[in-house]
Amino acid sequence: MQNHILSIILFTPLVGALILLFVPKENKDAIRWIANFFALGGFLVSLPLAPMFWSQMQSADRFKFIEGVPNNWIPSIGAGYVIGIDGISFLLIMLTTLLGWISILSSWTAIENRVKEYYIWFLILQTGMLGVFMALDFFLFFVFWEAMLVPMYLLIGIWGGPRKLYAAIKFFLYTLAGSVLMLLGILFLYFHHHALTGIYTFSLTALYETAPKIYSDPAYGPTIATLLFFAFFFAFAIKVPMFPFHTWLPDAHVEAPTAGSVILAGVLLKMGTYGFIRFSLPFFPDVLMHTKVRGWMITLSIIAILYGALVSLMQKDMKKLVAYSSVSHLGFCTLGIFALTPLGLSGSVLQQINHGVSTGALFLIVGILYERRHTREIAEYGGISNVMPVYATITLIMFLSSMGLPLLNGFVGEYYIMLGAFMENWKWAAWAVPGVVLAAAYLLWLYQRVFFGPVSNPKNEKLQDLTPREVLTFVPLLIMAFWIGLYPKPFLQILDQPVNQIVQNVRAPQAGAAMNASVQPNEVPPEIPPIIDDRSQPYHGPKPVIAPPKGKN
Amino acid sequence: MGLSPQFGLNDYLLALPITLLTLFALGILLIDLMLPPEEKWVNAVTALVGVLFAARAVYNVQAWMQASGLPRVSGFMGTVLVDRFSIYFFYLFLAGTAISILMSMRYMTTEHENHGEYYTLMLLSVVGMMSMAAGFDIVLIFIGLELMAISTYVLVGFLRRDRRSNEAALKYLLLGAFSSGIFAYGLSLLYGLTGSTNLAVIGNQLSRILLREPHNPIAIVALLTTITGLLFKIAAIPFHQWAPDAYEGAPTCITGFMSVAVKAAGWAMLFRILIGSIGTPFVPGGLLAMRATWVPVLVFVSIATMTGANFAALTQTNTKRLLAYSSIAHVGYMLLGLIAGTLTQLNPDGVKGILIYLLVYTFMNLGAFGVITSLRHRNVIGDELDDLNGLYSRAPVEAVLMLIFLFSLAGIPPLAGFWGKYFIFLSLIETGHYALASLGVLYSVFGLYYYLKMANAMFMGQPEERGLLPVSWSMRAALVVAAFATLFIGIMPERFIHLVNWSLGMAQNPMVAKLIH
Repeated sequence: MQNHILSIILFTPLVGALILLFVPKENKDAIRWIANFFALGGFLVSLPLAPMFWSQMQSADRFKFIEGVPNNWIPSIGAGYVIGIDGISFLLIMLTTLLGWISILSSWTAIENRVKEYYIWFLILQTGMLGVFMALDFFLFFVFWEAMLVPMYLLIGIWGGPRKLYAAIKFFLYTLAGSVLMLLGILFLYFHHHALTGIYTFSLTALYETAPKIYSDPAYGPTIATLLFFAFFFAFAIKVPMFPFHTWLPDAHVEAPTAGSVILAGVLLKMGTYGFIRFSLPFFPDVLMHTKVRGWMITLSIIAILYGALVSLMQKDMKKLVAYSSVSHLGFCTLGIFALTPLGLSGSVLQQINHGVSTGALFLIVGILYERRHTREIAEYGGISNVMPVYATITLIMFLSSMGLPLLNGFVGEYYIMLGAFMENWKWAAWAVPGVVLAAAYLLWLYQRVFFGPVSNPKNEKLQDLTPREVLTFVPLLIMAFWIGLYPKPFLQILDQPVNQIVQNVRAPQAGAAMNASVQPNEVPPEIPPIIDDRSQPYHGPKPVIAPPKGKN
Repeated sequence: MGLSPQFGLNDYLLALPITLLTLFALGILLIDLMLPPEEKWVNAVTALVGVLFAARAVYNVQAWMQASGLPRVSGFMGTVLVDRFSIYFFYLFLAGTAISILMSMRYMTTEHENHGEYYTLMLLSVVGMMSMAAGFDIVLIFIGLELMAISTYVLVGFLRRDRRSNEAALKYLLLGAFSSGIFAYGLSLLYGLTGSTNLAVIGNQLSRILLREPHNPIAIVALLTTITGLLFKIAAIPFHQWAPDAYEGAPTCITGFMSVAVKAAGWAMLFRILIGSIGTPFVPGGLLAMRATWVPVLVFVSIATMTGANFAALTQTNTKRLLAYSSIAHVGYMLLGLIAGTLTQLNPDGVKGILIYLLVYTFMNLGAFGVITSLRHRNVIGDELDDLNGLYSRAPVEAVLMLIFLFSLAGIPPLAGFWGKYFIFLSLIETGHYALASLGVLYSVFGLYYYLKMANAMFMGQPEERGLLPVSWSMRAALVVAAFATLFIGIMPERFIHLVNWSLGMAQNPMVAKLIH
């Protein structure tokens, strides 16, 4: 059991999907019960993982619960079914199973036609997402990463809004365009690994050893390393989405069904940030530390924070507002990642969880109103708190959590990110602060327009308050919001080890540079480019003669 | 005539698959005479049995080769060279033909053209393909090519009462004859230059001539004309104009057959003439010595093919034309596998990629054409994009299978189509062709768009007619086989990678994989 817990979590939804195949499609209630059973089951089987992980947290292994050995799946190309987790992926997996259950529960009445397919695709999607967070083999990762696009495309395309076809195709093409370049990058690392060690493998732990050496390898050098960084960057940045690549997001969010939006915002976007943490940082530490790239990343993050918030202010459609607020929130996450401090990185992961909880809840909130009135126009509403008090209360809590009010979850994450960024460069934090203020502005203004005042629209007078099932969907999210807000210590403890390890690896002088006595190892490199203006001097490192083959990074 | 004293038993064993297919082809003609119209399905079953017999015969040849430990056997005074590579192609042709026969049964009845000649011609064209794949003599290869091509011309025009079919056949015939002429001209130049029709001798002589005179003008003209003929057969841009018309006009099951088996035969011939007999020890043959000259040509053709086909496919409203352009685009990706490597050295992974590509392509493309074929019923032709609308509600199983085929064609893992692209791009990265690799992957994203158009129609469109789509059991069987193969190769490719390694005579461990020393 302990050895296969990850596989069990991974395949529970898929088993549900396979069982659903054999249920006649007219039998809608049976389909709903089975789907919910497996969604809840997926969440419940992931719960024992928490104490198990907690007890193993201090072990020195970087990844825990490892299943499979490298190259066991397709030995002739060196791909393996290897899964395992560290603190970062542990939290994201728990988030995925929780949100998967909540979104399937929330679709009970929202989806009326083609119910069977809906749940089948949703459960397949769930397996795909979990696989992305668990895979410790680059090839396996890529398969899950791509395979998960298909169900999401169908969810948007079949059960979406009026412009669903456009949104679905845009989503699919955008993400695929990013990931094919990543495939080429993966192949490059694969051959580079072979050149150094004589072994063909996609095993992540093996590539961690060799990939950072590309930068100081005289055969490739900083230029190739930077190009590789960008091959990965496009895949992840489109997924996050970072600023210039975000245009698919509002379309996909607005057209997707509510549960699709919850999963999209709550989990799918995290795959991008997870990719940065899991791959870009450990693979290309020198690119981040010694070139202008990091400055660009920070700049893009800050633009995303401010731009997303400003665009949110102007939205007339509630769902679009929430969608753009995701751009802003994810900007904080990437800022935390590229600050490259333990605090920033912890904050970033925590903020990803927070965003999943809060924004997931916001999409549910919008969805509930949409289900009752079939419109998301803010102007159609007003004074809703008079007719739906419970709903208004939950909404307020979630709005406050999303804008980062102390005692609620959003605050902790943002605070850590700011602190981490401030320690690197106070200007970065200073630029990001208006994002927090603007978040309060667009959310509170939205709240005021929709909930306060007299009931302005006669159609809203008879709106039904939340049903027990709907309340149930919010309960776990509320618990999480208060828990992280009041007592974030366990979460930070879980993140402590992996985050410190990643940051140390990135900051440690790499194998080639370590040989050179002229580099002081523990100094924060002064050549981090300042924000916005580009007067940084690219540091090309002392050109090493040759990288020693068994450098331990 | 009697047994010729120059031919030993080996020769007859090597010819067994071809002989069996010919016998069955002629047998069908005889049986057909005796069959009443409602029992014409016996023809198809006979053809299937013939294919199975031929497969068994190929297996015998393979077992005999393995038992005797020979990497290749030459027969009929050096004109035939059966190596593992050609055995791989034999199986590929037979698999494609078997699935096409299953797909044809109902279709030809619906078209009221259910004649025995149809299956005869199919089997005869397979005989031609096998001669192309196993031939090591330009005369035999050319005869095989013509046998295959003439059979296909007739098959394309098999719907006598359909003007599109007639037009397609005529166009295909004219252009095909033209290209065969150019090809034959190139081969005759090669013969004149080297004094032999045997590919190995041609290869040796040519490299000797090139050593003396690196830019021998006759050699270059011979190369260009030969390669034109080869590229015509695999439908690469700019020699592709026949393909969309022929694909659109032909009976849909023949379109499927042409897009996989006929195309695979074109590739087998291309390998034979451009490379020789792959395996250990490697027998360079044909034009390998001129690799430095043909690689730039292929780079140009490949980029033109990917660009032209992908753009042309975007605007198609006829599914058969769309899939025709998509299969042209796939040729563009496959050509990249030949380019991988340096100007003098071929990359084994590239060749491996092409072979795997052809394998998975056989199943996924035939499957896609199978679904299009099954749309033909009563008075509906069913080859317009709109005919796919709402297919999910009319035939859920077929729609889901079609989705699998389409995503496989687009190269989404874990479906089989991904592996073809994977090995092609792997070989490009391995040999440092980063720009070409990036171009290729971006075009494959491009390709996704038109596959999604079809998926959108099936799953999100509203059907124009109600009621379930009638699908015959033979079509079901064909689709299930194709879909199973697409999924199975996709998820468990190990065995098939081994198969291709074996057919190329590569060591199973990639660390020591060496093709050309």
